[in-house]
Amino acid sequence: MLDRRTFLLEGSAAVALIALLCSIDGARAEPAATPSAEFNAAFNTLIGKAVPREAGLTLDLPDSVENGDYVPVALAVESPMTADDHVTAVHLLSTANPRAEVATFRFTLLSGKAQVTSRMRLAKTQDVVAVAELSGGRILVARRKVDVKVGGCGI
Amino acid sequence: MMKKPPRIKVPETINAGEIIEIKTLATHIMETGNRKDAAGNIIPRDIIHTFTASFEGEDVFSATLGSGIAANPYIAFFMRVPGPGALTLTWLDDGGTTTVEKVPLNVR
Repeated sequence: MLDRRTFLLEGSAAVALIALLCSIDGARAEPAATPSAEFNAAFNTLIGKAVPREAGLTLDLPDSVENGDYVPVALAVESPMTADDHVTAVHLLSTANPRAEVATFRFTLLSGKAQVTSRMRLAKTQDVVAVAELSGGRILVARRKVDVKVGGCGI
Repeated sequence: MMKKPPRIKVPETINAGEIIEIKTLATHIMETGNRKDAAGNIIPRDIIHTFTASFEGEDVFSATLGSGIAANPYIAFFMRVPGPGALTLTWLDDGGTTTVEKVPLNVR
């Protein structure tokens, strides 16, 4: 016979179990945070009227990190780096940090390669976006989602 | 303000025309300006906001950094070495400190 007390107890146990399962599941496949207004504004300014392409720009980040304080990031653009065909800048943007603009890296013909490695902070699970500016007004865009278990401290 | 001088790594010997990787590690808190102290006051932003690399007066690479760059900024980049000379690396922070390091390149 299912009396009210047993029903409530079983019910609360079930709720607790569901909450536990959700938290485990959430840690594995949390959706990326909604892009901030600051990110959208910065991204749209960078893209302008160009039609962005993806080929040629590599944005390398871990799929998931325990700690958002210290996330390795590598950017590379395939380019001969000649006067006629080169990369002028690569912008690194966060979609959900308090500040969208993480860094801008500027290259010259003396750079030889449009490639840079650094370490960034991530406040929460989100997409990281790179925008490369090439000679002739060409724009490349790359996007990578990173799962963050513990957000970057106080960013 | 950097507590220690930055660490810089370049290849020991370089052939003229070679593309080399230059690895740099600065010592800096990179305080974001978003954190509060125990009294609830915002801790002012103090980050390295600009890094530049030049070779014998010519620009090689530069970076504008925001608060989303991790503490103790690590930046590794590339350079086509045209011939003998020295690399000049500069870090500028919000406190007005400029750190300059001159790195002679051993070009064969």
